[in-house]
Amino acid sequence: MTDNPTNTPEDMDGPRRDFLLISTTALGVAGVAMAAWPFIHSINPAKDVLALASTEVDLSSIEVGMAITVMWRGKPVFIRHRTAKEIEAAEAVDLSELRDPETDADRVQKTQWLVNIGVCTHLGCIPSGQSVGDKRGDFDGWFCPCHGSHYDTSGRIRKGPAPFNLPVPPYVFTDETMIVIG
Amino acid sequence: MKRIQSSNRLVQWIDDRLPIFSYADSNVIAYPTPKNLSYWWNYGSIAGIVLVIMLVTGIFLAMNYQPHADVAFASVERIVRDVNYGWLLRYLHMNGASMFFIVVYIHMFRGLYFGSYKAPREILWMVGVTIYVAMMATAFMGYVLPWGQMSFWGATVITNLFSAIPLIGDYIVTWIWGGFSVDVPTINRFFVWHYLLPMILVMLVVVHLWALHVHKSSNPLGIDIKTPQDMMPFHPFYTIKDLYGLGLFMIFFMYFVFFQPNFFGEADNYIPANPMVTPPHIMPEWYFLPFYAILRAVPDKLGGVVVMFAGVLILYVLPWLDTSRVRSATFRPIYKQLFWIFLADCIYLGYLGSQPAEGANLWLGRAATLYYFLHFMVLMPLVGKLEKPKPLPSSIFEEVSKKCRAKED
Repeated sequence: MTDNPTNTPEDMDGPRRDFLLISTTALGVAGVAMAAWPFIHSINPAKDVLALASTEVDLSSIEVGMAITVMWRGKPVFIRHRTAKEIEAAEAVDLSELRDPETDADRVQKTQWLVNIGVCTHLGCIPSGQSVGDKRGDFDGWFCPCHGSHYDTSGRIRKGPAPFNLPVPPYVFTDETMIVIG
Repeated sequence: MKRIQSSNRLVQWIDDRLPIFSYADSNVIAYPTPKNLSYWWNYGSIAGIVLVIMLVTGIFLAMNYQPHADVAFASVERIVRDVNYGWLLRYLHMNGASMFFIVVYIHMFRGLYFGSYKAPREILWMVGVTIYVAMMATAFMGYVLPWGQMSFWGATVITNLFSAIPLIGDYIVTWIWGGFSVDVPTINRFFVWHYLLPMILVMLVVVHLWALHVHKSSNPLGIDIKTPQDMMPFHPFYTIKDLYGLGLFMIFFMYFVFFQPNFFGEADNYIPANPMVTPPHIMPEWYFLPFYAILRAVPDKLGGVVVMFAGVLILYVLPWLDTSRVRSATFRPIYKQLFWIFLADCIYLGYLGSQPAEGANLWLGRAATLYYFLHFMVLMPLVGKLEKPKPLPSSIFEEVSKKCRAKED
């Protein structure tokens, strides 16, 4: 190699410097990216926030036809003790009529208890229909006052701008009348 | 400012309308810098980077901190225990404050040794002193925010300094507190100032750099830049040198963050603030200790406060107290000795500040305080006139070349 006259230090210098520059820059960028992560992650939910991520609800005091609203992860969850008529109406719907087709059976664990997140899937308002005398919309479920979305007795979108049904949160029955949401 | 000519048409288009590329070129890339800067010239850029680290960690801490006396302590503990990487943010910020002062003190003593404050850089120096004062205010108010015992009693003692003002002192203190003791309104406003002052600091740093770039950096020889041969472009020579120094500094900084995060702190500050009980040994953070020693050396309330503030403010008139026209202590045989004695005096004052003020310490504190002012007010003006400086080299270029030749031989 030393015999090769073209391999002078001057010739070597260009590629060597390129290598040093590129590898230094790459390492620097990687270092800054790694240092950025703790900052980005620090504004994700903290451990104490995550610890409050499930809510236990006693259903025994809810009469047939009544509904309660509980808070879960800072959002309202609608729990309705449905009447036989409401259940029948929800089950009778033809799936082809639905914007977001889902059977009622897929949306409940026990037919009399409907558990939905009470946030309109359009732009996040809280639909009315929880209290006696509230507007319930054309399908006797919920009606969103912001932009006029109508939900049925299974919390499915039937009319108005909202694209999806009211979401069903993950929950389990711990006994006949106790549920844990989340 | 020299306008750049770029082959990239977008760069050129932007630069013709807003000359940011020309500006960066004149001030960071081609920026002419003396060839002979030593590693003592690294600390300015390190201080700037520490300021950025403090701002970024501070902004993210503020997203989880609650400036209310009832919950402030718990919110800081929550940051450390529950917030993702909150411990890292807090320890970076806590130790970053100490690092900031270490770096700035080295930077200031560099200026003292090499006469960086002398004509034509007096305003550069004075802006620097203002930055230092703003830093002290910011650090003090930041220390109050965790609302531990040291926070609370530190805040009580420091704000009570203003009660020494004749006649209106008590009203001033009530005004600062927003009540009759350090309490809910105080922590709320301290949080606001602690967030606002760093923004002012950033602006002061811009002014500091503006003044710096007029006459450029001073240098270890303390002689003026005369020809282009005395200088070299900032990039890549000093960017690389600064980065290397930064790397070493970050190792030092991270050692404390990861292995000794509470080294500079006080255990008592992990006890929630209690307005009914003062801890037995209350002491300011280490970077205030020399001034704390000066405060205690004067056996009079108003006198102590005045002398302590004078100890800081005297730095503003330093360019006129030093009567020597030779900048670098390298060529000033007597001042060079005095510099080291003064440095030792400052460190000793810091040590005394950490000790109980009783017995011999009281008198030693008075002697050290006296010497502190003697250095500035008597020795500096006198030595500048009486001392015979060594002959100065004729140019930076010549001196650098001489060193290079010596190395080659």
